[in-house]
Amino acid sequence: MLNSAKDQPTLISLEDVQKWYGAFHALKSISLSVRKGEKIVLCGPSGSGKSTLIRCINALETIEDGKIVVEGQVLDGSAKSVDAIRREVGMVFQSFNLFPHMTVLQNCTLAPMRVRGTSRTDAERLARKFLERVRILDQAEKYPAQLSGGQQQRVAIARALCMEPKVMLFDEPTSALDPEMVKEVLDTMIGLARDGMTMICVTHEMGFARQVADRVIFMASGEIVEEAEPEVFFKSPKHERTKTFLGEILAHH
Amino acid sequence: MGPIGENEFFFLMQGLKWTVLLAIVGFIGGGIFGILIALLRTSKTKVARTITAGYIGVFQGTPLLMQLFVVYYGVALLGIEVNAWIAVAIAFTLHASAFLGEIWRGSIEAVPKGQTEAANALGLHYVSRMKDVILPQALKISMPATIGFLVQLIKGTSLAAIVGFIELTRAGQIISNQTYRPLLVFGIVGAIYFIICWPLSHAGSGLEKRMAKAAR
Ligand SMILES: Nc1ncnc2c1ncn2[C@@H]1O[C@H](COP(=O)(O)OP(=O)(O)OP(=O)(O)O)[C@@H](O)[C@H]1O
Ligand SMILES: [Mg+2]
Repeated sequence: MLNSAKDQPTLISLEDVQKWYGAFHALKSISLSVRKGEKIVLCGPSGSGKSTLIRCINALETIEDGKIVVEGQVLDGSAKSVDAIRREVGMVFQSFNLFPHMTVLQNCTLAPMRVRGTSRTDAERLARKFLERVRILDQAEKYPAQLSGGQQQRVAIARALCMEPKVMLFDEPTSALDPEMVKEVLDTMIGLARDGMTMICVTHEMGFARQVADRVIFMASGEIVEEAEPEVFFKSPKHERTKTFLGEILAHH
Repeated sequence: MGPIGENEFFFLMQGLKWTVLLAIVGFIGGGIFGILIALLRTSKTKVARTITAGYIGVFQGTPLLMQLFVVYYGVALLGIEVNAWIAVAIAFTLHASAFLGEIWRGSIEAVPKGQTEAANALGLHYVSRMKDVILPQALKISMPATIGFLVQLIKGTSLAAIVGFIELTRAGQIISNQTYRPLLVFGIVGAIYFIICWPLSHAGSGLEKRMAKAAR
């Protein structure tokens, strides 16, 4: 744990969230609250609903029932609430999803210019600041295809940061990377955590969880099965499914 | 048999001018409306999708010749006095917009979903998401098919002869009737079409190969 977030205000809260894909119940009564500055690691077997959960927070998925509040803004499905929430929430995807026809710099300046109306000069200044922070400023004029996976993911992080979000969501940001590139991305994320960013990370990097997380949440079959501080979570998991999962993960790593 | 001299050749070039103009008008008009069709066809509104699907279906499912007739005589029936040029321009625009709309719908859908999601996550709205993120990629994907259609369109302009247009093919026919040398005249006419269309086809398939290679 890097800093105590115990007495910080709540930034995100989910109450009894239900998500269905047709007849499939993907999220079952999820309740979760995240304080400002908190770092949450979300893990669980494939198909357990981790991606679905974080994608509901920034309205990439709609929910059938329950309540999601981000920074006091209730996500009610209206365009206004979606806009307001997306302004506060940045997201990093497993497959980077950089815009391939734009340079690194253009990738970073597009949203500030279009969404916030920032001038090009200011947007570029901002972009350079964050590219510097993810240590990739020297590649600013290149196109995504000219970069390694690790570099692309760091650009994706910088691109999200350019909107100066209050929360960052990460959906398995290192699982599409070659092993030798995982560290550079994790280091970037650790740096972000140190600077006090509120983060929800879906990841199976248990080293990262140990080092950074305030809480580890384990999901299975669309439910939150267990949540605990990393020490407790790894040393003495309570549920059978958590134990099985940890056994499999640790055997792999 | 008469000779094919400067005058005849000049007449053919006049025809070529109309062929090129018709193709350009059809392509630009069709391009502008085609983008609109493609956007409506991929929109969230079901009514818009259904209507544009019908539009595309009608224009892809009927001969261009018939479309020319219908517009040409249809406009006259409305009691509006238009010259052949306007009627034909409208017909080609409608025709091209259906085909280009369908080609571009496919390309818009071929842009990976993650691009839309990333744009959404950044808070970009529809206009910027389309203009800045999706369409540039879709247009690139569509290039081979778009060029392919342009070639079809250039050749299709010969049908404008039916409503009295003296474009390249019709000009050839007239010269051939005057000189009684159909083989030579249509040989020249064919060569002119080929000189215009072949480089386009070639560029299109070159692009296609390069894109297939880049995708690997
Ligand atoms: N668009 C969709 N339509 C139908 N079912 C879906 C859709 N997206 C996800 N699902 C289903 O919902 C369940 C949860 O998916 P989700 O992607 O959230 O899992 P996950 O925990 O992120 O898994 P992974 O570790 O494989 O990424 C899965 O069973 C999946 O098949
Ligand atoms: Mg997932």
